[in-house]
Amino acid sequence: METSEMETNRRIMGVLAHADAEMLDQKFAGLGHVPGWRFLRKPETGLVMLQGRVSGTGAAFNFGEVTVTRAAVSLETGEAGHAYALGRDKRKAEQSAIVHAMWQSGKYQQEIETEVIGPLERFAAEDDERKVKETTPTKVDFFTLVRGED
Amino acid sequence: MYVAVKGGKKAIDAAHRLFADKRRGDRSVPAMTLEQIANQLSFAVDRVMSEGSLYDRELASLAIKQSAGDLIEAIFLIRAYRTTLPRFGASRPLETREMRVERRISASYKDMPGGQVLGPTFDYSHRLLDFTLAADGEVADPERPDEAMTAQLGHVAEILDREGLIEPVPADAENEQPPDLTREPLEFPAGRKLRLQNLARGDEGFLLAMGYSTQRGYARGHAFAGEIRMGEVEVEFFAEELGFNVPLGRVKLTECQMVTQFKGSSKVKPQFTRGYGLAFGQSERKAMSMALVDRALRWEEYGEELVAPAQDEEFVLSHSDNIQATGFVEHLKLPHYVDFQAELELVRKMRREIEERDEAESQEAAE
Repeated sequence: METSEMETNRRIMGVLAHADAEMLDQKFAGLGHVPGWRFLRKPETGLVMLQGRVSGTGAAFNFGEVTVTRAAVSLETGEAGHAYALGRDKRKAEQSAIVHAMWQSGKYQQEIETEVIGPLERFAAEDDERKVKETTPTKVDFFTLVRGED
Repeated sequence: MYVAVKGGKKAIDAAHRLFADKRRGDRSVPAMTLEQIANQLSFAVDRVMSEGSLYDRELASLAIKQSAGDLIEAIFLIRAYRTTLPRFGASRPLETREMRVERRISASYKDMPGGQVLGPTFDYSHRLLDFTLAADGEVADPERPDEAMTAQLGHVAEILDREGLIEPVPADAENEQPPDLTREPLEFPAGRKLRLQNLARGDEGFLLAMGYSTQRGYARGHAFAGEIRMGEVEVEFFAEELGFNVPLGRVKLTECQMVTQFKGSSKVKPQFTRGYGLAFGQSERKAMSMALVDRALRWEEYGEELVAPAQDEEFVLSHSDNIQATGFVEHLKLPHYVDFQAELELVRKMRREIEERDEAESQEAAE
């Protein structure tokens, strides 16, 4: 896979992984037409061992696990879609895999981009922005006082 | 010795039924939802995730509800649950430098790039009971200014690193898989990577006491909280079938970098040394304690003397896990009838022997 193709796939899968499940469900229900599809891999929940880095920047160490759910589908037109996301939401994995597959089909790409990926991406960015704004006023300036005479 | 006992099934069932009733409590009081626990008891959830060694807020909330707030019991439930799931693999190492910071403080630098960001904290509060909470008073929304700070801030230790004032962090050969104590039994010497895994899932209270002991003089090193940061970090996973790193979403972490006193030699000028702590969620006390203990355990690297419990790898790592600990302590509750019978026999025999000897001696004296 070429780098640019890999990066766009990472973007689509990333937006879907970060998506709020309810919002994805809503956008999915709003799609005009979903082509026929079948599972390549039924939604499955498992564990991923999170690795940290020694002192934050050094060698990897095993830190603790996280639940992850994945799924893969293939459209009747042949495109394969994959989903991986933190958590145990199998419906989200199924819908994400279908959306990823549809995004790869010339016929549906535009609709998926404007109706699903775009709004989910904007919503996530707004949510991030809101969190940073709420954190901002807690930034402090400590000052030290010199006591006594020098 | 523990000998299996049969029977008691009816009593056990009744006891569990009674516990379920007690857990639910007064039926006229609404039952707690998992959303309420996840939202309003977030520190308990974070602790259960950290020590259960499984990041999943919903599961941790369920475990807290099921255990009626007994957090070690909840951690036990989480540890048991994780054994039922397959492992897909390991993530790419988390890049805490790229954390979206919600809190970031340093006790060693007042003015560092990005500044001190308090975030949501208990610090500087007066620890007075707030009776408006009891009355369910309205809570104001947080301030939301138009201008936002930068969310991604470099590590504070980089400031010292640039001047060579702190020991460098050695890197491994790329793709070297670290040891995993959930796969292989713990063996000594364990090494720092395995120690960090053990401490990351270790009991907060135990690590707090061990860390505290280093401050009180049981081990050397005067620690500064170089940096404590909390926020979300991206998780990436290399999916074999796709051939690239897939973003999976974010986890909230607390990281602590302790900066401690110097090490130098004839060849290397004195430098600060490091202790490292990392925990799930907002778990500052845990991350700080872990960092103190991590540093104490590194005594050998610096040619220090082994003088205190917190430096003793075998002692610390063998007693940090609260599920192992509670298993062994609480198994004392289980029937030990056969075992106890044997001890009873023994103590009777010992007493009989002394009595017989005393009797013989008094007879001799009388004769």
